[in-house]
Amino acid sequence: MSNGRVILTKERFALTIDRLCHQLIENHDDFQNSCLIGIQQGGVPLVNRIHQRLLEITGATSIENGKLDITFYRDDFRRREKPIRANVTEMDFLIEGKNVVLMDDVLYTGRSVQAAMSALGDFGRPHKVELLTLVDRRFNRDLPIKADYAGLRVDSLDDAYVRVDWQEVEGEDQVLLFPQGNG
Amino acid sequence: MQAQLSTKHLLGIKYLTEDDIQLIFETADEFKEVINRPIKKVPSLRDITVANMFFENSTRTRISFELAEKRLSADTVNFSASASSVSKGETLLDTVNNVLSMKVDMIVMRHPAPGAPQFLARNIKANIINAGDGTHEHPTQALLDAYSIREQLGDLSGKKIAIFGDITHSRVALSNIFCLQKLGAEVKVCGPPTLIPKHLPALGVGVEHDVRKTLEWCDVANVLRIQLERQDIKYFPSLREYSLYFGINRELLDSIGKKIIIMHPGPINRGVEITSDVADSEHSIILQQVENGVAVRMAVLYLLAARK
Repeated sequence: MSNGRVILTKERFALTIDRLCHQLIENHDDFQNSCLIGIQQGGVPLVNRIHQRLLEITGATSIENGKLDITFYRDDFRRREKPIRANVTEMDFLIEGKNVVLMDDVLYTGRSVQAAMSALGDFGRPHKVELLTLVDRRFNRDLPIKADYAGLRVDSLDDAYVRVDWQEVEGEDQVLLFPQGNG
Repeated sequence: MQAQLSTKHLLGIKYLTEDDIQLIFETADEFKEVINRPIKKVPSLRDITVANMFFENSTRTRISFELAEKRLSADTVNFSASASSVSKGETLLDTVNNVLSMKVDMIVMRHPAPGAPQFLARNIKANIINAGDGTHEHPTQALLDAYSIREQLGDLSGKKIAIFGDITHSRVALSNIFCLQKLGAEVKVCGPPTLIPKHLPALGVGVEHDVRKTLEWCDVANVLRIQLERQDIKYFPSLREYSLYFGINRELLDSIGKKIIIMHPGPINRGVEITSDVADSEHSIILQQVENGVAVRMAVLYLLAARK
């Protein structure tokens, strides 16, 4: 816990979010047929921040955004040591025919994203699904999944742990890398 | 906050902690959202087989459990005593062990003998869910009742809940008393003296015989059915007399001058414990109870399956 190294400082964090927003605007134009969905729990502060910045940059009044809980879709139910609690799913719009941008803070094994995609299927058939992640641990994938937008690409060992802190939750925007264990 | 139940089986509310009940409610909140989606199904229990073993009649509870299981993607087998080898003299343990050797993971059981689920839990490996054992407990009913009250009134702590009717023969009453008390609510029962067990005050439950006084006291009235099938002797002169003294009708309810939530676990004997205009009124949450039943049972199945 004590030996974490900051790999994305507060200033770079803001720049990264801005870059991700501009990349999204390039592909989604005015977001008329797009929606942003954060995977519980790490993806929720990310989707909130990106949504807020997109509104500031584009001047739009609203872009559809929601949160998706994947607890009931996980492939490690009854197989993991520590049980996890379910979280809120809030998607008060239809995803049928939409361009969906799934968001999570850290892309690691890819299993959460797989679960999120099966969960998404229960809400309709989107036109296209893209993946945005703040941190991409690119050499640790268990499944053939890759991010369309990545804030920071990190090469790390399986033992390492990446933690994303948010101003509104932990008090500061930053990304930390712990060489070992579950910080 | 805990993320798993303190127990492997749901034998009765008596064996749950307050944290267990809160965890079930919070998980049920998420399942309630799931069953209101266009596709009302999640894959959580896809590698689990559940046997619904009903040694006693049931419509609502059996359908509710079966729907809950299917919406969690579990495989289900149904068993009812009248159409089985039980009528040929097989023992409970033999019947259940035969079902288990077909690789069943969970058993939902209703049985006329109080304690039958405890007996199974001691002797077999599967998770047991009590769906009603004689006059003892009916835990999922109590959970969905308390969940429905929480939905209407928020936190149950300090709320006044009255249970009307046949308390002696009711497993719903006992489970409700345990559940409501664990959540900090005040509980009174009201009915003819012959249908109220005499040791009830030892549980900290108020006993009342005047329907009007009890209605004036309570926030929620949970009205139970007169269980004629369990009454081997006559406990009151006639259904008509019962309905005159202990039935809840519109006139009585309107004269109280405050909003009381009316609940009933079903099946209703319309015109006996409750009149139709009360059962179908804006005070009644009887159908919400049934809807919540599926979400609460999904939560129980999901959380017990997580305990293996």
